[in-house]
Amino acid sequence: MYSPTILIEAMINGLLTGAIYALIALGLTLVYGVLHIINFAHGAILASAMFAVWGLNVLAGIDPYLSILVVTPIFFGLGYGVQRLVIGPAAKGDDGNILLITLGISIFIENALLAGFGSDTRSISSDFSFSVIEAGPFLISSPRLVGFAGSLVVTALLWFIMSRTDAGKAIRAVAKEKLGASLMGIDVGHVYALTFGLGCAALAVAAGLLMPTFYVNPRVGGAFVNIAFTIVVLGGMGSIPGAMIGGLLIGLVESLSGLLLGESLGQIGIFVIFILVLLLKPTGLFGAKA
Amino acid sequence: MMLSTQTITMRFGGLTAVDQASLRVREGSITGLIGPNGAGKTTLFAVIAGFLQPTGGQVLWQGRDITGLKPHQRAQLGIARTFQIVQPFQGLNVLENITIGSYLRHPKTDEAIAKARAVAERVGLGRELEQQASSLTVAGRKRLELARALATEPKLLLLDEVLAGLNPSEIRDIIPVIRAIRDDGVTIFMIEHVMQAVMNLCEEVYVLAQGQMIAEGTPASVCNDPAVIEAYLGKGAATRIANLGGAHA
Amino acid sequence: MRINGYIPIILVTAALAVVPLVSSSNTLFNFMVMSLIITLAAQGWNILGGVAGQTSFGHALFFGVGCYTAAMLQFHFGVNAWVAFFLALLAGAAAGFILGFLSFRAGLRGSYFALITLAFAELMRILANASEWTGGAAGLLLKLDPGLANMQFESRASFLWLALAFVFVGLVISRAIAGSRFGAHLVAVRENEDAARALGVDVLSVKLKAISLSGAMTAAAGVLYVQNFLYIDANIGFGVWISVEALLAPLVGGRGLVLGPLIGTFTLHGLGELTKSFAGRIPGIDLMVFAVVLIGVVAFASGGVLGLLRRFAPRLARRIAV
Repeated sequence: MYSPTILIEAMINGLLTGAIYALIALGLTLVYGVLHIINFAHGAILASAMFAVWGLNVLAGIDPYLSILVVTPIFFGLGYGVQRLVIGPAAKGDDGNILLITLGISIFIENALLAGFGSDTRSISSDFSFSVIEAGPFLISSPRLVGFAGSLVVTALLWFIMSRTDAGKAIRAVAKEKLGASLMGIDVGHVYALTFGLGCAALAVAAGLLMPTFYVNPRVGGAFVNIAFTIVVLGGMGSIPGAMIGGLLIGLVESLSGLLLGESLGQIGIFVIFILVLLLKPTGLFGAKA
Repeated sequence: MMLSTQTITMRFGGLTAVDQASLRVREGSITGLIGPNGAGKTTLFAVIAGFLQPTGGQVLWQGRDITGLKPHQRAQLGIARTFQIVQPFQGLNVLENITIGSYLRHPKTDEAIAKARAVAERVGLGRELEQQASSLTVAGRKRLELARALATEPKLLLLDEVLAGLNPSEIRDIIPVIRAIRDDGVTIFMIEHVMQAVMNLCEEVYVLAQGQMIAEGTPASVCNDPAVIEAYLGKGAATRIANLGGAHA
Repeated sequence: MRINGYIPIILVTAALAVVPLVSSSNTLFNFMVMSLIITLAAQGWNILGGVAGQTSFGHALFFGVGCYTAAMLQFHFGVNAWVAFFLALLAGAAAGFILGFLSFRAGLRGSYFALITLAFAELMRILANASEWTGGAAGLLLKLDPGLANMQFESRASFLWLALAFVFVGLVISRAIAGSRFGAHLVAVRENEDAARALGVDVLSVKLKAISLSGAMTAAAGVLYVQNFLYIDANIGFGVWISVEALLAPLVGGRGLVLGPLIGTFTLHGLGELTKSFAGRIPGIDLMVFAVVLIGVVAFASGGVLGLLRRFAPRLARRIAV
């Protein structure tokens, strides 16, 4: 049996990581909630954002946290463009098509990264990466604490955008009643692209928060996308608070099952949850009825 | 009795769509089900065809309780339904659509296709066999809906507003088709809004209003029933109409 | 059963069978063997995802079950390769039935079904990677012992013919289904489940049959892989790559059509080799081409290569009954 100190420390670390997972899942659930599509390319977009953060650090020496300010608007624009120019026109309104197109985009990005950077794993290490804060008997990693705080701030910001701004109101109107919104003069194509852009922007922030403690390679998105799907399904597709709570929960589960089952089997807890939720309650814990 | 329902109740959450509805459909008859919009007619049909499990009550088929049977099992027994909002297999042509129905009694492909051709001929789709279902006109889709159900060689045909959306001449064309189906021995139970067709075809009519069965009888007697008039036109309408008649007399 | 529908199948198979007689290029043989293995996996996908319309993102599940059943039975128990092959087919069908029973009964469709197939494949990948029985991350290596009885061959041509024979059986099965009541029911389920139900189709049972058959066919591809390379690990058997290959080929060739998987696989991998010969050995470049083709097919040619043929050469298309 493990000592309480180790268990609690694992739980704290799980929650800290879980917040970043939540941030990743946020983009996915937002896109699902509005466009009603599952964006399969989510992980690959995250991987490319992580490469961007890494590249800015290696080439220009920009601090990963600082690079968020550069990468986020770029990814917002990229997301907007991809939805407007590729997914929207190619899907012709069919859900099955969208699923396949985002799969295609995901394969494309992943292999473009592979072609450009090779399959090597890269990371940014600075003194800060390994700095810890002592809280009583527990050691807490500082960059993870920053990641946790950053995720909460972005979630709050996104929530503010969605509930208080005109763009947010338009997005919610389209999410609720597409036809009605378009009759009211809202440009649905624009709102879709806006939402997709916001989802990608959230990924860019997550990339900046992740890089000080994590590594990147072209296939890194796959690991995250599975986790993000689980969170979104668990929290209820389309629910922002659901994504937050689901993220924290999954971070906790991952950390504990990693501790108890070992590294190679640790991921299993996530998939078991994923499958059980899909089979037993596909609307998730907070999702509206499908 | 071919089909009867006993105190069928169907609730969705707090909403009672059908409230203790009982009816009987005699073998060889054309029986109608009418009522204002939102009365619960389509819900009742869905219960009879097995697409919804009722909250209470029973569906009896030739005296046997079939409430627990799945839709495909009821189709095998000989209950076929059409959908109010037509549900063609969009990507298939007319013949292929109908063949899915005829496969029910004819496992061999050649026989199923031959049967489907015959049915298409009978409902007047003989010339559109190769046409994609998605490219048919409204009247064509209604006929396809009818043909597919008929191809399962049912004993009882449940028709959910097959005449809705058709123009008067199309209605005039399809009424003899429906009557001919009955004359070949298929019992018909139909939801219909087109009163001209109900008066013309049905021997017996049930009236559903706000989920409750409020009248039954011949089309003529039902139409003069004050309760029915009020259900359609609002409270007090029957007396107003009676007074109107009195003033003219 | 009309023989006409089978003529294109026989012609295509014969044309492929001639290749080893006119060429002795090992590169070509390896290309063809790999393409045939993928074709077989894709034929399995096509029954469920193409004809019956249940898009799976996790056919690696069945491929891996086939790989590991065959490999483990031979490795641990010394079971004869052919016996192991038949047991692997059964295991693939059983995996399909279980996955289908769980997910179809829960009413999962569309994206949700795609996600759960992916999750099951990933779950198995993790398990296979961690378990001692499966050789863990190191994988399982089978003994080289060529001979028909061991389903191993010294000549590349012989293995090519074996793989081709499997694909031929797959084509015949697909063709027989296409002209049968079962095939019509699969299509009906794809197009409109409620309408199918109303016409007496037992939708759940049809889907379960489809996914079991699909699982068995893709498992057969897994067995071929193991017999060809005599090696398996979790990232090959249950890896995302084969889920993607099994799905891409039918979409590109012609979703739901008998020849779709075969034509799709050879089109894609032909393009891939072509790209590599122009662009050099840049890793991932062939998959980038695949991705562009996938998006292009979805956007502009939902019928795939055979759909284009139907549009631009209807008479030829009618003759080969696509």
